[in-house]
Amino acid sequence: METQELTISVVSAGLGQPSSTRLLADRLAGAARRQLEASGVQVRIEVVELRELARDIADNLVTGFPGPALAEAVKAVTSADAVIAVTPIFNASYSGLFKSFFDLIENTELIGKPVLIAATGGTARHSLALEHAVRPLFAYLRAVVVPSAVYAATDDFGAQGLDDRIERAAGELVNLLIRRAAAPVRAPATEEAELVPFAQQLAALEIQ
Amino acid sequence: MQFGIFTVGDVSRDPVTGRTPTEHERIKAMAEIAIKAEEAGFDVFATGEHHNPPFVPSSPTTLLGYIAARTERIILSTSTTLITTNDPVKIAEDYAMLQHLAGGRVDLMMGRGNTGPVYPWFGKDIRQGIELAVENYALLRRLWREDVVDWKGNFRTPLQSFTSTPRPLDDIPPFVWHGSIRSPEIAEQAAYYGDGFFANNIFWPKDHFQKLIGLYRRRYAHYGHGTAEQAIVGLGGQVFMRANSQDAISEYRPYFDHSPLMGGGPSLEQYMEQTPLSVGSPQQIIEKTLTFREYFGDYQRQLFNIDGAGLPHKVVLEQLDILGEQVLPVLRAEFAKNRPAEVPDAPTHASLLAARDAAQPAGQNDENEREAV
Repeated sequence: METQELTISVVSAGLGQPSSTRLLADRLAGAARRQLEASGVQVRIEVVELRELARDIADNLVTGFPGPALAEAVKAVTSADAVIAVTPIFNASYSGLFKSFFDLIENTELIGKPVLIAATGGTARHSLALEHAVRPLFAYLRAVVVPSAVYAATDDFGAQGLDDRIERAAGELVNLLIRRAAAPVRAPATEEAELVPFAQQLAALEIQ
Repeated sequence: MQFGIFTVGDVSRDPVTGRTPTEHERIKAMAEIAIKAEEAGFDVFATGEHHNPPFVPSSPTTLLGYIAARTERIILSTSTTLITTNDPVKIAEDYAMLQHLAGGRVDLMMGRGNTGPVYPWFGKDIRQGIELAVENYALLRRLWREDVVDWKGNFRTPLQSFTSTPRPLDDIPPFVWHGSIRSPEIAEQAAYYGDGFFANNIFWPKDHFQKLIGLYRRRYAHYGHGTAEQAIVGLGGQVFMRANSQDAISEYRPYFDHSPLMGGGPSLEQYMEQTPLSVGSPQQIIEKTLTFREYFGDYQRQLFNIDGAGLPHKVVLEQLDILGEQVLPVLRAEFAKNRPAEVPDAPTHASLLAARDAAQPAGQNDENEREAV
């Protein structure tokens, strides 16, 4: 097999600087990279920092179209081979910024896309927000979310166990990616291919 | 190339003075804008159709009939006529009537409206928006082209031996445009019939409209009406100008910032970079408008939106003066340059009549034609 390069888009909705959400995102991306490279697959990691796009995201909600930087970020996510999506947990759910960004992605653009979800929070008590809020969001978008979601409370960064969870979740994403990379690539549909010819639209109405 | 004005017909508070015009003032202002547009040298005036506040033009043929009586040359059009919720029989009758009174200076732009709730107000189902547009327009075409129509469809009572009166002027139905901001199905419909396609070209970046117009042009050629370059394309655009560009920006900014469609998001400057909105000196408006041809190909109709969002009526009339004196003459000259000879003008009543007469052997009269149908 020829060497190919896959792309993983990492979406971080962390707001702090430095951000523990970004830190977790980087560790997940790093683990995925190591495992892919160990299997002989080259990978390019593209990070989308939502903090830098906060204004553009609000503007898009108001105007209905993305500014240039946001359009590029959306394209990076929708055209990537896989997505690692990481959000802080605020008030029992994903952050508003995280949700607003994914609200701007067409609901067909992530169909079948391998996604690893992860979150950070002040205490471990918020961990199931991943299962109750973040996973259903991507289920709705018909993405393929890997079974393990990674939650890191502040304490986890100094404790045992987080590394293992990161490796396991990254491994699940890598497995999906490798299987998918072997599958034939479908050509993107053209506008004409998606169009119902007018005569067919007319005939369907059975006008007499 | 035709140049015109299109108005949405909103009654909006002027954010600078805090004053909201009355409906009466707004309606009279719209008529005055149309009359002034003819004086300023425009070719087309088009009004929106809406059935909810803050909009007033619920009855476009009443407005256009009044304007027809007060003008001599300008083409009266719509932006858009609701093909989904209006009864096609009533559209056929109203616009044929207007055609007679206006001496053929009438065309229409079909659209599906900008608000979902309008469907149930007229007993229709929004989930069938596209189907309504397809079926109603198919009926409208027959009502204008066949003297006696038998019809059975899905969305209105059947017609038996029905004749829509009056018949179109000279038996030439008004030319039809189809307006759409997001539906490829409508571009396809326009292409299928060889009708015009209009992209309002406001509030969104140009690449959005490029996709729709590109699709329409390719499908127009596919259906054998001509080459893609010969397809009949109309574009909107939104402009505000003053002699000095900084004056234009500072005067327009409060209207932009408080606009329900544009305000609250990016700055005026960012919005101008990203969308076709053009605020500045007449020269800047000319330059930006000329870029449309690069993006969309040679086209047939350019409509400008210059009112609404609370802009004072006096200011709108000044805009018409500036456009007429400084912008239109240059645009006409520039758009004519290097325009390929095979790119047609937008059809008018006169051109359609001439084409029909040229195609019809001398001596054949209308009655024979009707018998044959």
